[in-house]
Amino acid sequence: MTPQTTKSTYWQGVRAGAPFILVLVPFALLFGVVATEAGFTVIETFAYSALVVAGAAQFTAVQLLSEHAPTLIIIATALAVNLRMAMYSASLTPHLGRAPLGKRALVAYLMVDQAYASAILEYERHPEWTVPQKLAFYFGAVTPLFPLWLTFTVVGAMVGNAIPPEFALDFAVPITFLAMIAPMLRTGAHVVAALVSITVSLALAFVPYSMGLLVAGAAGMIAGAQVELWMVRRGAVT
Amino acid sequence: MRDVATLDIWIVLIGLGLGSFALRFVFLGIIGDRPMPPWVLRHLRYTAVAVLPGLVAPMVMWPPATGGTLDAPRLIAAAVTIIAGLVTRNVLAAILSGAAALYIMLYLLG
Repeated sequence: MTPQTTKSTYWQGVRAGAPFILVLVPFALLFGVVATEAGFTVIETFAYSALVVAGAAQFTAVQLLSEHAPTLIIIATALAVNLRMAMYSASLTPHLGRAPLGKRALVAYLMVDQAYASAILEYERHPEWTVPQKLAFYFGAVTPLFPLWLTFTVVGAMVGNAIPPEFALDFAVPITFLAMIAPMLRTGAHVVAALVSITVSLALAFVPYSMGLLVAGAAGMIAGAQVELWMVRRGAVT
Repeated sequence: MRDVATLDIWIVLIGLGLGSFALRFVFLGIIGDRPMPPWVLRHLRYTAVAVLPGLVAPMVMWPPATGGTLDAPRLIAAAVTIIAGLVTRNVLAAILSGAAALYIMLYLLG
């Protein structure tokens, strides 16, 4: 096999990222629509997509802002949704840890679920790739995604106000979240974490300012981790 | 009409923007090649499934659009979304199934 160049790994990345356009465009549109429904201007909506770059955390922040939760609680909760990014960061470190600092910062800024998932899969398949080849693949994977994420957020924000209430857009956020959660329920531990989270959240719904959600999140994480340990001990998971 | 304060929007944006970058950069940029303790990784694995369902559950049980009472079309749409997501493992397919279920139920029952 001929050795691969950084140019060829870049285009491999583009091809790996491209199918996710189908998921990302409607998701970006929806964020634009939901944020303007909550009272965001087009500029504010764009700024969220450009600076936070994380759909689930952005939806969480908009939802809690419209519930008038205190800003610190909103930031803490939305960051908890984004904690998985720390995991991605940790798992990319053995591959990209020796890249120049500026490039690592750019990788961090552009880190989204789809880019991470495509990259880690290929890195494990191609241990012979050099750091520049790995970087090229990563930047290739985000090339079709990031510009469209920004563009369609703005499109959604501009058409958002034109959508009448009969369309029940209030329920776009729960449907989007549920659609994201279901494919994540890969093991029994994930299911238990989700069920504990739901139970605690509903039981603590009377607690003001969505603080019950932070407790529910912590309880769910502990439950998931404990079930995983128990499954490992039983030999159900390797 | 505007129901969220501009200042809050920008405070949350700055906090969340900086915080999100910090989470993505922390290991890649600062920790380098050192391994993380397994118990930390074990908890981090469940953050998304521990936070998102708790966020969504009250919106499904007590939707603000119906004044907080349980609503059949929305409950059915939620169930269809979860089932479609579990079966197809595809976010977009689940969103479209849920939206279709919501509109059909609102048309039939609404």
